Amino acid sequence: MGLELEISHVSKNYNGNPILRDCSFVFARGRSYVLQGPNGSGKSTLFRILALLEPPDRGKISYHDNGRVLENNLALRRRITLVLPGTGIFNTTVFNNVAYGLKIRGFSNAAIEDRVSDVLAAVGLAHKRFHRALELSSGESKRLGIARAMVITPEILFLDEPTANIDPVNTEIIEEVILRIKKEWQATILMITHDPAQARRLGDDLLLMQNGKIIPS
Amino acid sequence: MHAIIDGFAAAFRLIFTLNPELLGIILLSLQISGTALVLATLLGLPVGAFLALRRMPLRGVVISLLNTGMGLPPVAAGLFLYLLLSRSGPLGFLGLLYTPGAMIIAQSILAFPIVASLAHAAIANVDPVIRQAAITLGATPFQESVAIIKEARYSIMAGIMAGLGRVMAEVGAIIIVGGNIAGYTRVMTTTIALETDKGNFELAIALGVILLAISLAITTGLRFFQRLGRSGTTVNSWA
Repeated sequence: MGLELEISHVSKNYNGNPILRDCSFVFARGRSYVLQGPNGSGKSTLFRILALLEPPDRGKISYHDNGRVLENNLALRRRITLVLPGTGIFNTTVFNNVAYGLKIRGFSNAAIEDRVSDVLAAVGLAHKRFHRALELSSGESKRLGIARAMVITPEILFLDEPTANIDPVNTEIIEEVILRIKKEWQATILMITHDPAQARRLGDDLLLMQNGKIIPS
Repeated sequence: MHAIIDGFAAAFRLIFTLNPELLGIILLSLQISGTALVLATLLGLPVGAFLALRRMPLRGVVISLLNTGMGLPPVAAGLFLYLLLSRSGPLGFLGLLYTPGAMIIAQSILAFPIVASLAHAAIANVDPVIRQAAITLGATPFQESVAIIKEARYSIMAGIMAGLGRVMAEVGAIIIVGGNIAGYTRVMTTTIALETDKGNFELAIALGVILLAISLAITTGLRFFQRLGRSGTTVNSWA
């Protein structure tokens, strides 16, 4: 299990302003990368491009599986996922939010029940499974966003500021979950944070986004 | 003043004794307006969803036409439908004029732009992050659209309730194409108009009270769905 991700000479402009400039990097499978950089440096834009939410203006994104380049299609998109900073919580129960990724993949109700229960327990939301997701606290919402991603066991997990604006208790729970994903699934993790200490705790490789390029730090 | 008080007293007698004529009129009204609303929703919801989710030529023009249609005068709608359905009209061979069928068509025409327009607005206003979340979780384009529509469901329901409010209170179109035939096409609003003309206020007041109660129920339903939109109590019906 595991995908390798290569970006080569990627550029992106917004309203004429260059955000990414000739950006190249190779993300090896099974490693965790933490990307830091000032606001507006292009971190989130890069993640959206890598997660295939939008195309680059120039350059190429390639996903490799054992040396084979994968096509940009639904099958590939279902092997990766991005946890958005505003998590995009659906207006339904906590359980249904987590079950979504499995339902659209055609899992049976029994399998959904099992897997969702496991994941909710892992992120400490088992007691809130029938609660309305929009009523969760911001920390719980962040955990729910990660639970939705965890349940589909992605091979590459993008986390865009998973602990921004939440209290230390929720931060600690989320860090534990990320370390568990890394250890148990050998998933490749790419994460954005503004917390240098957290970056050191969670990242195998620390990267800096500067002038629209990725620089190892 | 006495006449009004007597009228109300007689009206409440009719309501509490479950007067068969009164019940028949209420039932027919609900049947006609309910069927019209179902038809308007079956047509209006896909149209609204399509306009909100897909780009196409003349999309803006269609949306403007639907928005204009929300204020379509019932009398004008009734007149055009009458011309179509009258014996010499292009649809005269259907023999629908002065039948409940014609009234259902008239009310569907009035409710359709409301349902379609409000469904479009509801779906177009869903936070774009919802669409992105569905994509990142592996949704196909169709599943992505379903997720967005489900997210807008309470606002869509509010639009349907607004459509119901429109058709239940409408009199101009159905009196032209329905003809107000007792026991066949006579509904609450047309009966109120007729009985008031005749000076028989008891039945008119009773139906007015019932109409007000229905209007109150619709408004309450509308507020309920609006509240559920992004805050409120748990409703486990999403997925």
